[in-house]
Amino acid sequence: MITLHALTKIFPGGVHALDDIHLTIADGEFFALLGPSGCGKTTLLRTIAGLETPSGGTVHIDGRDVTGLPPGDRDVAMVFQDYAIFPHMDVTANIAYPLRIKKVPRAERATKAADVAARLSLTELLHRRPAELSGGQQQRVALARAIACHPTAFLFDEPLSNLDARLRLEARTFLKRLQRELAVTTVFVTHDQAEALALADRIAVMSHGRMVQVATPAEIFHRPATTFVASFIGSTPMNLLPARATATALHVAGATLPLPDGVTPGDHLTYGVRPEYMTLSPAERPDAFPGVITVLENLGTHTLVTLETPGALVQTVVPEGEEPSLGTPAWATPRRALLYRDDTLLTTG
Amino acid sequence: MIRHTVGRLAATVFIAVVLAFFTLPMLWLASAPFDDTPAITTSIPEFTLRNFSAILDNPYALGSIRNSLIQGAGAAALVVVLAALAAYALSRVRVPGRDALLYLLLLLSSVVTGTAAMVPIFELATRLDLIDTHLGVVLVVSGGLLPAAIFILKDFMDDTPTSYEESARVFGATPLQILRHIVVPLVRPGLATIAVWALASVWGGFLFQFILLRDPEKAPGSVILYTLYTEGGAPRLDLISTFSLLYSLPVVAMYLFVSQRYGFRFHGGIKR
Repeated sequence: MITLHALTKIFPGGVHALDDIHLTIADGEFFALLGPSGCGKTTLLRTIAGLETPSGGTVHIDGRDVTGLPPGDRDVAMVFQDYAIFPHMDVTANIAYPLRIKKVPRAERATKAADVAARLSLTELLHRRPAELSGGQQQRVALARAIACHPTAFLFDEPLSNLDARLRLEARTFLKRLQRELAVTTVFVTHDQAEALALADRIAVMSHGRMVQVATPAEIFHRPATTFVASFIGSTPMNLLPARATATALHVAGATLPLPDGVTPGDHLTYGVRPEYMTLSPAERPDAFPGVITVLENLGTHTLVTLETPGALVQTVVPEGEEPSLGTPAWATPRRALLYRDDTLLTTG
Repeated sequence: MIRHTVGRLAATVFIAVVLAFFTLPMLWLASAPFDDTPAITTSIPEFTLRNFSAILDNPYALGSIRNSLIQGAGAAALVVVLAALAAYALSRVRVPGRDALLYLLLLLSSVVTGTAAMVPIFELATRLDLIDTHLGVVLVVSGGLLPAAIFILKDFMDDTPTSYEESARVFGATPLQILRHIVVPLVRPGLATIAVWALASVWGGFLFQFILLRDPEKAPGSVILYTLYTEGGAPRLDLISTFSLLYSLPVVAMYLFVSQRYGFRFHGGIKR
């Protein structure tokens, strides 16, 4: 279990990389730190590892206060974005390096390294140098080295970002299965929302050194707490449309929708709906956004349709074979929508 | 067309003259030791090995090569160890005014090893009882070589990604372990270059060795070479050429060995 209390990191120059972070990561949990570059996610991971010293707050790992301890005494293993496999050592020596530091006898080191390597299908490569390995193999060596030291927690910094697209999906599945099998608490950093949704048990979305939302992938996807999270999550970005409330109705992009409870005229409102959660119809519908089809983008199994409504562009997806024609009028009916007041989630409808 | 030919011809002649300028001394070095009557010019030798037995009869010749080895290896070891530690620290720790310090050291090093500082250095060596010791020579010449060595090695260290060291740190390696297991192997070509360069500098160095060593038993080859004259003051070309050849062989051998083993590089960088 990893507990962060009031963790703050201020870099020289006054940049608040971490701003009062409170977080508890459960035993065996696969936890993602997600956010755009510069949001502090890597700094947070490095602070847990002990590579950065916090300006304030504490880090507890398994109930032990490790805030002032050097990285080596924290019993964590880190996999770096560039894997940091030592280029002058072969695969065996790399995997056995943590054991060498722990003064494990040479013969035992080799046996243990071979065991871990077998588990990650690296047996054939034990005597190769890192320069002779592919990106995927290098990643597995880095993982094997982390596993070999039997830590209480794994810390992964962008574990998949150095792999090419096809390999990344394969490695993602592999990583998830491996984490399940090992059942070791794992914290990983990513800027890829799909990666976070696919891998993590829970996700913390970060922005400007703060945690904006900490929740399960389903919760984050269905109920993003702020418009920032809403725009960051989802492979096709959510439609965030300016909305205006009157005494009786909600006016959004040419549609007049029923007024939700608790909304008063004059509120700064944003209406959010995912492209996947809309039905497109060639005939007029009540409670729908009217518009003209202006762009069609083929995404393989479905097509992203851009609808020009009065005052806004609305995007929706339709299954393949049901594409409307360009320039024709259409009506998009939201099935599942969110309403934000001052960029904070108000209701779901 | 004619102008082009003339131009090519002139360039070729120029290059030939320059080449001859550099090759003739080498040819002399290769031929004179085997010549019965060597002169200052290069000629086909009247073959003999008598010069070699003559130089071996000189009481200081072989000992001086040993002295050169002691002083050269000592300085190389000292320079490599100290420069590696200093360069690592300078590369990894942000010190205010670090670059200014490095450039200043580099500038001063040419003064420290230069003739300008000769008197104070002699004075210092005398007070520290370092006259007529190998240690004295090693310390003085190392001091002159260190700034440039630090400068070159820092570049190697800068090009080594810090994630290697951080990775080792997370596994619990101490700073000295990181240096030994990770940093030194990664910058080995740089260390080899510095070692060879330091040894070669000491090997060819004359002035400090000449001044700091009064006892011919301690003098290195470069100083002994200076004593190979007749009583009348005429250079004994047979001995000088033979000794020069013997004296250059170890350095050539070391160059070939290191070049083949590590390759010479004056910049860092790791192929990843």
